[in-house]
Amino acid sequence: MSAPAAPASFAAAGPDFRRALRAALPALSLGLVVAAIAWLNPRAISYFGFTLMLNLAIPIALATMAQMFVIAGNDLDLSIGPFVGFVCCVSATWLRDAPLLGALTLIGCVAVYAALGALIYWRNLPSIVVTLGMSFVWQGLAILLLPKPGGKAPVWLHAALSVKPPFAPFPILAAALIAAVGWYGLMRTSYGAILRGSGGNALAVRRAGWSLLRAKASLFALAGLFGVLSGMALVGITTSADANIGNGYTLLSIAGVILGGGEFVGGKVSPIGAVFGALTMAMAASPLLTFMRIPPDWQVAANGAILIIVLAARVLVSRSGVER
Amino acid sequence: MTAAMSAFFARPWIWSFLGAGVVWLAAVAFTGGYGAGGMLTAALSLAVFMVVVGVGQMFVITLGPGNVDLSLPANIGLASAVAMKTMAGDDRLALLGLAAALASGLAVGVANYLLIWALRIPPIIATLSASFIIQSIDISYGRGLQIKPPPGFADFTNVQLLGVPLLAILTGVFAWVAHVALHRTVWGRSVTAIGQNIRAARLAGIKVEPVRFATYALCGLLGGLNGALLAGYFRGANVDIGNEYLLASIAVVVIGGTSVSGGKANLPGVWGGALFLVLLLTMLNTFGVSAGVRLVATGLIIVAVITAAGGEKEAR
Repeated sequence: MSAPAAPASFAAAGPDFRRALRAALPALSLGLVVAAIAWLNPRAISYFGFTLMLNLAIPIALATMAQMFVIAGNDLDLSIGPFVGFVCCVSATWLRDAPLLGALTLIGCVAVYAALGALIYWRNLPSIVVTLGMSFVWQGLAILLLPKPGGKAPVWLHAALSVKPPFAPFPILAAALIAAVGWYGLMRTSYGAILRGSGGNALAVRRAGWSLLRAKASLFALAGLFGVLSGMALVGITTSADANIGNGYTLLSIAGVILGGGEFVGGKVSPIGAVFGALTMAMAASPLLTFMRIPPDWQVAANGAILIIVLAARVLVSRSGVER
Repeated sequence: MTAAMSAFFARPWIWSFLGAGVVWLAAVAFTGGYGAGGMLTAALSLAVFMVVVGVGQMFVITLGPGNVDLSLPANIGLASAVAMKTMAGDDRLALLGLAAALASGLAVGVANYLLIWALRIPPIIATLSASFIIQSIDISYGRGLQIKPPPGFADFTNVQLLGVPLLAILTGVFAWVAHVALHRTVWGRSVTAIGQNIRAARLAGIKVEPVRFATYALCGLLGGLNGALLAGYFRGANVDIGNEYLLASIAVVVIGGTSVSGGKANLPGVWGGALFLVLLLTMLNTFGVSAGVRLVATGLIIVAVITAAGGEKEAR
């Protein structure tokens, strides 16, 4: 997909050009945030600068991927934040002290997610309500496990997240890997197409002989898996856990998917875009605002404003007359 | 007789009231009958706040899939601060403060609608983005706010007539008015029609956008009202005062038998759902369980209730 060569043929090439622009929007917004940081503080654009600024980008990117799988099936997971927090608590306690119990618990979490997906499909339930209820469950379990902030990350987990590879900062390499895995799995495999199809046109997928129950359970299991990875990555970075540590991730992950070009309906998601969206949120969330000397009171507002600006830009480039 | 029975149970809101009765009986059985009436009075007082925002959320949800107001907690927090600052602890300013809180809520509702309309984005993400900004305004505006509500206003939110809170009676009247508005006015019926099929509603000549505008504005207004009442009842404003009303407002609507995919609303159920949720928390408190267990139990019961109620029976 290339930009039109001659502006004279704009009328014919218009939609193509717009589509390309729309696809490039997640990368453009990230570029804009990086450019703003470079302008405000040139020293931040370095190996160590990026390592520090993107410190939390890995768990955010993983949580965003988790949310993306759920959104691909036309659902929404409002429990991913508390879930990430619960995984953190498990990783900082059982996974260190009793690795077998910890590993089994985390595998069990993925199974619970798959079961939730199956339940939502089987009873045709609104995912918003089910996951809101589950957010209480995960939060409660985290508090039971770790009433006070504490615990300690397993040594190997902390070591894995503090590697300093040559040339490129670790968070950037990890983000590229996450994007590549998500892209290949969802966009290039045949079952990935079925999964997206279950969100795009469920009836057609079912008539083609595929089990929608299995598709929904798979999407939720993938969300659970990436949620577990996100929690483990988070505790590997922070080294200790807290029952409320993941609460902000629900909003960050939804924002990341939408910034990355995902749509709430129709199975339209983009794994690469989602990772770009997550990086944008991670950079915009605190480094940019700190460099802009925005007082802490207004940082939440700045996040909302960034979200609105990107969405407004998207409206400008693609005026689709879709029925809302 | 059986026909009457099945007609009785066919009403979707019956179940929420039955559920509320069951958890109340469980709590009373645990205490051996002690405090049964007091429990109901307290439950009515707290249910009022869920009903006020629940009704607003119900109309928004009825607009159809994707319509939900996630800005309610931030809205309530800001309105509580606005009310307390305007009243400044003086009873003569109570009405002015209430009006200011309503205006603050209305402004939030209008802003929500403008974002949805101008950016053509799903209401979930529009109200979410708006809530970030409102939250910051509240943090900045309400910083260190230590103003107590005027004594007269605080008494008004706490007063009881024969064990029934005055606010509960007023909210009952309000719910009846909303019930009539839903079923008997052009606006209410338009909301339902849009939720059932927005394209058909548009082709039938319903002015979709003005109806959506009015609905989001109303929901914001009720959020503002709730903020002022909460600040009076709990004797002070607070950034986090509205936090629990995000889940509560959606849960009471769904438990009460309103369809989450829109087009089918039920007002008595909002009251039933609110009483059920409040009594559930009362019951868990009576049992003396820890905060963690209470959260887990609340979550599991909500999931169980929605599973039992089931979703829409649609052609798949």
